[in-house]
Amino acid sequence: MSTSIKRADIIFAPYSEAPYHKFKEIITTVTPEYIIDELISSELRGRGGAGFLTGMKWKFARNAEGEIKYVVCNADEGEPGTFKDREILTKVPRKMISGMGICAFVTGAKIGYIYLRAEYNYLRRDLQAELDIFHDVCKEMNFNFHIEIFSGMGAYVCGEETALLNSIEGKRGEPRNKPPFPTNEGLFGKPTVINNVETFVNVMIICRLGSAEFRKYGIHGQTGSKLFSISGDTPRGGVYELELGMKIIDLVNEFGDGNTKAVQVGGASGFCVPRAKFEEYTIGYPSKLTGDSLPTGGSIKFFNSKRSMHHVLENFLEFFVEESCGQCTPCRVGTQQLLKGIQQIKTKSVSPLYLDKLYELAKTMKITSKCGLGQSVANAFCSIADEFKEEIIY
Amino acid sequence: MVEISEIIEKNIQEYGKDRKALLPILQNIVYEKRYLSEDTLVQVAKSLDISSATVFGTASFYSFLGLEPRGKHLVRVCKTIVCDMNGKDEIMSTLEKTLDIKFGETTGDKKFTLLTTNCLGWCANGPAMLIDDDVYTDLTPDKVIEIIQSYKKERE
Repeated sequence: MSTSIKRADIIFAPYSEAPYHKFKEIITTVTPEYIIDELISSELRGRGGAGFLTGMKWKFARNAEGEIKYVVCNADEGEPGTFKDREILTKVPRKMISGMGICAFVTGAKIGYIYLRAEYNYLRRDLQAELDIFHDVCKEMNFNFHIEIFSGMGAYVCGEETALLNSIEGKRGEPRNKPPFPTNEGLFGKPTVINNVETFVNVMIICRLGSAEFRKYGIHGQTGSKLFSISGDTPRGGVYELELGMKIIDLVNEFGDGNTKAVQVGGASGFCVPRAKFEEYTIGYPSKLTGDSLPTGGSIKFFNSKRSMHHVLENFLEFFVEESCGQCTPCRVGTQQLLKGIQQIKTKSVSPLYLDKLYELAKTMKITSKCGLGQSVANAFCSIADEFKEEIIY
Repeated sequence: MVEISEIIEKNIQEYGKDRKALLPILQNIVYEKRYLSEDTLVQVAKSLDISSATVFGTASFYSFLGLEPRGKHLVRVCKTIVCDMNGKDEIMSTLEKTLDIKFGETTGDKKFTLLTTNCLGWCANGPAMLIDDDVYTDLTPDKVIEIIQSYKKERE
């Protein structure tokens, strides 16, 4: 089968030199301004899913006033269907830690945190051993930067950056209002860069290859490679490094089981694409140039024709009911009502027309919820309810 | 047996008598005692000089911090969609039969507590479960029985 899937092999390429050699070279030979210019020129977007330009984020934090600043690595990978950060933390943690070190060099931060989800506690010991090597290198270089691992405690919402910061501060992991953004008022109210695990790795790749070479991967506005976590009805589940900008149909041809009826892009908070639209969508970040592009932290789940989409939606909604932090009403009540609603439609205790009301509720949640959790429930709900209405109603 | 007061003292030395010491303290107590009793929460509040309501509010927010007594080993089965599609129901019923308890319950010998959890990040190797901090993937009913037996045998 022909496919335009382009594999890349830069993120997991094995270490090729002495520990932290490149990090040492960078902080002794280039300026913070040069790194920011390179990052902006590379068009690197955050790999957690939201896709903010990394170079801009670092520039804001560097320019923010204040002596004390922080670097935080978001390793609270909890989106259903996402497991690529675990792969990085297991195989190439040095690249991520180097990226955090570069960020400290650029922003002037002296303290960094890795917020590691509780479900990955088994990675903690090896990660700490790697940090010990890094801290020795910092000492040797007279570079004042220390990274601490902070363990999460099983809250999905802590993957939201401001909830994560509250959690490190010892509070309930409830998202904050934005603005102010973390680059101005982040951890303990100080300017903070918070990036995904994969983003820090990409920073090192850009420092190594240069922005021009990095831009050769992917397509315009969606540069670089991206890790995809492939699961569901596929004979080839796992983590794959691919160039951004491919069509869903390419993924289906490459990874599907020949009977794919839907692909969920971006996890439970992402979008469901039915077979009829596999040709329509590309994967990357929304931009004017690429048209219908679906954002993703890299979770790709395949469902074949044996799966009930009502069951899939119900499972997603149960997830959101449990993981909603409960702080704002649209999300706390909305998630519960959506779940109850589709269950009632199934048991026929309400009219099928009730689905229209639920649809309106989901759209209301999108515009009134405080954070990305409540805002994105509508993505899965509306796309599944739209495309598989017959399965939800009957 | 490590005393709760020791845990609190050790963390205050490391993090200061400060709100940011709260979660490390709670995590360490759960690690030693498996759960946080009401008395423990009050004790933590007093030593950090914050209200016990604040401590309860924070502790109850996080699903990996338990407020009910639990067994020595916490078995957490992933129930999110891909593990669900790959047969988590069968894994759960095997665990219930093997340990003769329902999910949410603790065995009479206080050795195991059965819990469900959301996505563990092993979707390409589901069904998956955690026992304490260790992960088990590509589960089958036979494999589950074997794993539980190995925990039952330990230090007996």
